[in-house]
Amino acid sequence: MIVKNQNIVDDDWIVLRLNENDTPEGVAVPSGKVIVPLKVWQAQREQLQARADIGVWLDSDERAEELQGDLQRFAVIAVNFPKFADGRGYSIAHQLRVRLGYRGELRAIGDVLRDQMFYMKRVGFDAFQPRADKDIHAVLKGLSDFSVCYQASTDEALPLFRRVQRGGVA
Amino acid sequence: MYHYDQYDHQLAAERVAQFSDQVRRRLSGELREDEFRVLRLQNGLYHQVHGYMLRIAVPYGLVSAGQVRTIAHIARKYDRGYGHLTTRQNIQFNWIKLQDVPEIFAELARAELHATQTSGSCIRGITSDEFAGVARDEIVDPRPYAEILRQWSTFHPEFAYLPRKFKIAISGGGEDRAATGVHDIGLRVVKNEQGEVGFRVLVGGGLGRTPVVGTAISDFVPWQHALTYLESIVRVYNEYGRRDNAYKARIKILVKALGIEEFRRQVEADWEFTKGGAMTVTEEELKRVAAFFAPHDYAQLLAIDAGVERLQRENKAFSNWLRRNVKPHKAPGYAIVLLSLKKLGVAPGDITADQLDAVAALSERFSFGEVRVTHMQNLVLADVRQSDLIELWQEVAKLGLATPNIGLLTDVICCPGSDFCSLANARSIPLAQEIANRFDDFDYLHDIGDIELNISGCINACAHHHVGHIGILGVDKNGENRYQISIGGAQGNDVRLGQIIGSSFSAAETPEVIASLLDLYVRERHEGERFVDTVHRLGVQPFKEHVYKTATAVSLGLADEAAAHAESLVASYDDPYFSPRF
Repeated sequence: MIVKNQNIVDDDWIVLRLNENDTPEGVAVPSGKVIVPLKVWQAQREQLQARADIGVWLDSDERAEELQGDLQRFAVIAVNFPKFADGRGYSIAHQLRVRLGYRGELRAIGDVLRDQMFYMKRVGFDAFQPRADKDIHAVLKGLSDFSVCYQASTDEALPLFRRVQRGGVA
Repeated sequence: MYHYDQYDHQLAAERVAQFSDQVRRRLSGELREDEFRVLRLQNGLYHQVHGYMLRIAVPYGLVSAGQVRTIAHIARKYDRGYGHLTTRQNIQFNWIKLQDVPEIFAELARAELHATQTSGSCIRGITSDEFAGVARDEIVDPRPYAEILRQWSTFHPEFAYLPRKFKIAISGGGEDRAATGVHDIGLRVVKNEQGEVGFRVLVGGGLGRTPVVGTAISDFVPWQHALTYLESIVRVYNEYGRRDNAYKARIKILVKALGIEEFRRQVEADWEFTKGGAMTVTEEELKRVAAFFAPHDYAQLLAIDAGVERLQRENKAFSNWLRRNVKPHKAPGYAIVLLSLKKLGVAPGDITADQLDAVAALSERFSFGEVRVTHMQNLVLADVRQSDLIELWQEVAKLGLATPNIGLLTDVICCPGSDFCSLANARSIPLAQEIANRFDDFDYLHDIGDIELNISGCINACAHHHVGHIGILGVDKNGENRYQISIGGAQGNDVRLGQIIGSSFSAAETPEVIASLLDLYVRERHEGERFVDTVHRLGVQPFKEHVYKTATAVSLGLADEAAAHAESLVASYDDPYFSPRF
């Protein structure tokens, strides 16, 4: 189960993670819906690009620009949070949405917790795979922490000062 | 000053609800400490020596009388009746109970106050010139921009989990009173040849373990583009700043590693995608915010008050106070008044709830109901009629806030040190007290004149010791508190880092070392030359030689009594600080 567009839904994507002995070239990508690491995509592109059910995930030290030109090939792009306090994934999401104009599913995977999800949603994540030990129903509440935001981001095209009539000097 | 509209209030209330729920989940065990820690830090809550320390934001140092009363109320109801002003213009409390925090936050929010982002690896509160809007040398009032930056950085979704903390300072004065050169981003509000307002942007300054003076990344960013430009700087930092080593995680290390040209290139390449976009500040928004900072309704007054001049001639205490604690104001007949929180016997920057309430009342009587916090840990009443100065002086003297020592040796900038802070290696408050005791002769202090003494209890440099004219860094040597001294540091337009004079000193020796430095200064100074200027003219070497020649004598000459006293200074936390308030 994952959180998608603010709902809890079933999910049949498999996230492929490399084990210590795996190499991006050699690892076997199972059949079905698989989200592969960027390095596997780059190494096995020839075989993988024929498949309709391929997603790719970026780790926090990888760059969204690596996917430039390939975005439409993926049913889903995921960004991995190795630790919830590693904030690079927020900028990766920004780059995918703003710089590269990616419109498809953007999924947060890894150390994904309730208290970070509101900001994740703001920068463009629309799907969340919370850490396995967390109750997904509780996690869902994290998406509605705030109803107002000052800044523009992927979820709000305009900052508050362009969106509403703000209060001035009385 | 700025007042919340319905949106600001709603956000503040939602933040209170969010954190209250996080506290509840922590107390129930649903949140682990490692998960909660990051959340509480972003709400200004540290775990320190005495329990939770709460740092309340005072955005760009400006508070209303009502807000000051709220802070006093919190000091009384939830803490031990006093607070501590910090070098980032905030106020902190040291004995907070986690269970009380939701209620405290709700009370703060009602008063348009918060503790958001006063800690943690995020964009911290924006600091600014304590004389903004009233200084004679001001080019542009920075406060509207500071408020726009505050809103932009508050809950910024992309930048809440940066490699490390991120500090921004903004100054609009001819003289930089916000230490912009030692911030992650320093902004000088300037005008170009066409008279348009923009920012000179410094990046990669900072103190701490690796002190660096910031480098100009742009000489002029038009104000409309400030937010998108800053976003690009912070984004490049978020993407490439080091996360493997906390000591190398600040933006200064990244800027050094890439070089300013390459860093600038990356920022500008990123900016291409957002420049002119939705975050471009509109004329209308600037106007709306600037209206909150319009000049007060000043009366037409004579530049000089005869009564003040008379008492100045007749009363030395008043004359000293005028000389040190009162600064010129841009409006004729008005003055800027500093309230000194550096009274002998009180920890630098501490203020009691009763004093806070009294200051709130004085601000309403004499200064349009506004108070400012300085980065040198004092308070300001910024808009006082000169004809009210005598009465105000009498009132602040009763409160113990009229010590005429602003900018003098005893106006020590001092971090809480190991009496309060778990990061500290050494105590700093007792040393500040020792120095204040050693130099209690006002005539001597006035003769020495302008000098900045900064004491940090560890390398994190909360008291900015690197830019102190005399900087003291507490270190731990085999369980003993020792103090390393540097001289020649300076803040302001001519910002520079001090140089260490040599190996460290004991707590008892340190005041004598300062005396020795001052002796040489008095001997060598030119007419009207400040200590720091003499150091810059002569270099560190003569001071160093003089100190180590005399210091040995000092050490040997220590009477038993003094040695025992020195022992007591480095005692453990069992007896935290000596104040009768404990």
